[in-house]
Amino acid sequence: MSDKSEKTEQPRLSVFKTYKLYVGGKFPRSESGRVYEVTDAQGRWLANAPQSSRKDARDAVVAARKAFGGWAGATAYNRGQILYRVAEMLEGRRGQFAREVADAEGLSKSRAAAAVDATIDRWVWYAGWTDKIAQVVGGGNPVAGPYFNLSSPEPTGVVTVLAPQDSSFLGLVSVVAPVIATGNTAVVIASERSPLPALSLGEVLATSDLPGGVVNVLSGRTAEIAAPLASHQDVNAIDLAGADEALAKELEIAAADNLKRVLRPQPVDDWAATPGIDRMTAFLETKTVWHPTGSLGASGSSY
Amino acid sequence: MASAFEYAPAPESRSVVDIAPSYGLFIDGEFTEAADGRVFKTVSPSTEEVLSEIAQAGEADVDRAVKAARRAFGTWSALPGAERAKYLFRIARIIQERSRELAVLETLDNGKPIRETRDADLPLVAAHFFYYAGWADKLDHAGFGSAPKPLGVAGQVIPWNFPLLMLAWKIAPALATGNTVVLKPAETTPLSALFFADVCRQAGLPRGVVNILPGYGDTGAALVAHPDVNKVAFTGSTAVGKAIAKTVAGTRKKLTLELGGKGANIVFDDAPIDQAVEGIVNGIFFNQGQVCCAGSRLLVQESIQEELLDSLKRRLSTLRLGDPLDKNTDIGAINSEEQLTRITSLVEQGEAEGAERWSPACELPDAGYWFAPTLFTNVTQAHTVARDEIFGPVLSVLTFRTPDEAVAKANNTPYGLSAGVWTEKGSRILAVANKLRAGVVWSNTFNKFDPTSPFGGYKESGFGREGGRHGLEAYLDV
Repeated sequence: MSDKSEKTEQPRLSVFKTYKLYVGGKFPRSESGRVYEVTDAQGRWLANAPQSSRKDARDAVVAARKAFGGWAGATAYNRGQILYRVAEMLEGRRGQFAREVADAEGLSKSRAAAAVDATIDRWVWYAGWTDKIAQVVGGGNPVAGPYFNLSSPEPTGVVTVLAPQDSSFLGLVSVVAPVIATGNTAVVIASERSPLPALSLGEVLATSDLPGGVVNVLSGRTAEIAAPLASHQDVNAIDLAGADEALAKELEIAAADNLKRVLRPQPVDDWAATPGIDRMTAFLETKTVWHPTGSLGASGSSY
Repeated sequence: MASAFEYAPAPESRSVVDIAPSYGLFIDGEFTEAADGRVFKTVSPSTEEVLSEIAQAGEADVDRAVKAARRAFGTWSALPGAERAKYLFRIARIIQERSRELAVLETLDNGKPIRETRDADLPLVAAHFFYYAGWADKLDHAGFGSAPKPLGVAGQVIPWNFPLLMLAWKIAPALATGNTVVLKPAETTPLSALFFADVCRQAGLPRGVVNILPGYGDTGAALVAHPDVNKVAFTGSTAVGKAIAKTVAGTRKKLTLELGGKGANIVFDDAPIDQAVEGIVNGIFFNQGQVCCAGSRLLVQESIQEELLDSLKRRLSTLRLGDPLDKNTDIGAINSEEQLTRITSLVEQGEAEGAERWSPACELPDAGYWFAPTLFTNVTQAHTVARDEIFGPVLSVLTFRTPDEAVAKANNTPYGLSAGVWTEKGSRILAVANKLRAGVVWSNTFNKFDPTSPFGGYKESGFGREGGRHGLEAYLDV
């Protein structure tokens, strides 16, 4: 018989989570070894989040570039399946994310749960877009001549996403999902004040069949991480959603050096409102492929 | 070059077009002097003859033109689309009626062969206005929402290589969507844009809807920077495009850029050689190679290199260089002395770096700016002539062994505007076209354009598309 006299009434001591970055399908700490304190809306300590350096940002670009060929080359059906799988994984973790979002944004339990539900539904919405966007924005052109030509959308490449500062999870997913649904890969800078839901999303993505490097999540000082990404020669586009006016201008100037596609900050009153397709088309190129039909060139002969 | 049949000269008459000794700026429906009275001369690049003296717009003129465009915007954008459409249809028709005049004028001012202005530029110009006219009353069906709005005043800066065609690409969609425009043509080719002002008057276009401001780079810079411009559209060099992108950073101006290119023309060993040779010639010697989407890098499969180059050289020997107004001329004049200097220096650099230069026997006229069609062989990817846009009749030849190598070499450039693929194998065309990072891929053809087809670049060749349904987006608040 064990000695029950030592049994205490102390509550169980919880296990804290060490939040880490999500880069190339792995969970590194910041190369800099720095962390910063993340607090809830009342200023209570929640965790120490990694404070990424420019080296972390560059590593993330390398991972995103490496993943681009495979992800862009995957069938749209396959991408849709994987995006839907993310929603499935999120569904099972609704409670966790509701708590994290409530802490991060100071929302009531019920409002945080509603935000998480809306976020999961948004993934599902974009999962359904992967194999439809080409039909909506591409097509055949009625050329005045013996040619057949087709315009098809293609992903722009590696996209840097400055996640919105205010909406730590719904806003985040609203800007990340459209980027990868169309075949781009992403380097995401989480909300500076509320990075934890974004870092936890990395854990979901890692277990959702999403190839490593397709989404890379960095936390830290937005302005510090964004600067090297805006001027990075191997980044093709930048979404400035999480930048204030001054930072957005500075980054847009830096982005001009290799003519990155820039999505300027758009005022969003309600992240829960149905998004249009603009966030997808902003990071798509249009390729037009021509071929003669029948006529065999200048000779005038034909099939 | 001895030939069994010599061609008799067949010059187009230049008397079909009247060129005034001087032209003003076109602001608010009137021709007017520049505020500071500055003028510049435009010359014919094939003869160096001064064609006319042109008012040079300064900052005050830009401001005046933007104000005129702003005043006109309210009523123009409020017109029912069907009425705007009718103005554009009128313009398309007047251009068709006057296309012979315009073709001669364009050839005189630009130096390109009349065969091209008459058979390529002008028909496309009219077609663009006709195409976008039809969109004006159908914008709610264009896929940009049920009531897409125009942006306001569009500031447009266009280059000298296709002066009137670039004007059409810019002005037709802008007007169809209800914007008003201030357009700056290039300093070496202002005449057809000023002629177009007269077309607008004949069409009865309301005052201020179209304003034309000839000038140099500083005029364009002032237009782009003007605080009351809502939309900036530029076609030209990548360097200037980057500067413009920096100027509009942090503003609400919408921007589209059509910039440089270093197009790869990929020829596989099963390609139809004769057609490929025609495509290569058309790809790089059309408009003296002064084309942003020119196929300036020939990637030929190693096993057919010799055969293809022999054919190509034979074909180049039959090209006729000379008077652009001669209907038999294939290669006209380089647009300006400045451009000729640039081409010459890049070609000399190519030789200095060890690439092998070849041109057919070719006599160049004494006056004017001329450059013989030129091939470079023994070119590696590191050579300047394989990397920099030359914007002249200069083709760099590289080789490859496998399709993957061809794709890797084709994509090995900061540009991404155009590419060509020549092979009889359908699956190979589709596979390669799929992997090429370029906005336009011509398979078994090259340099084809049509108003229904979006055109524009990946990477540092710019952003946005012109032409087709996609071309509307640049001028709508979406």
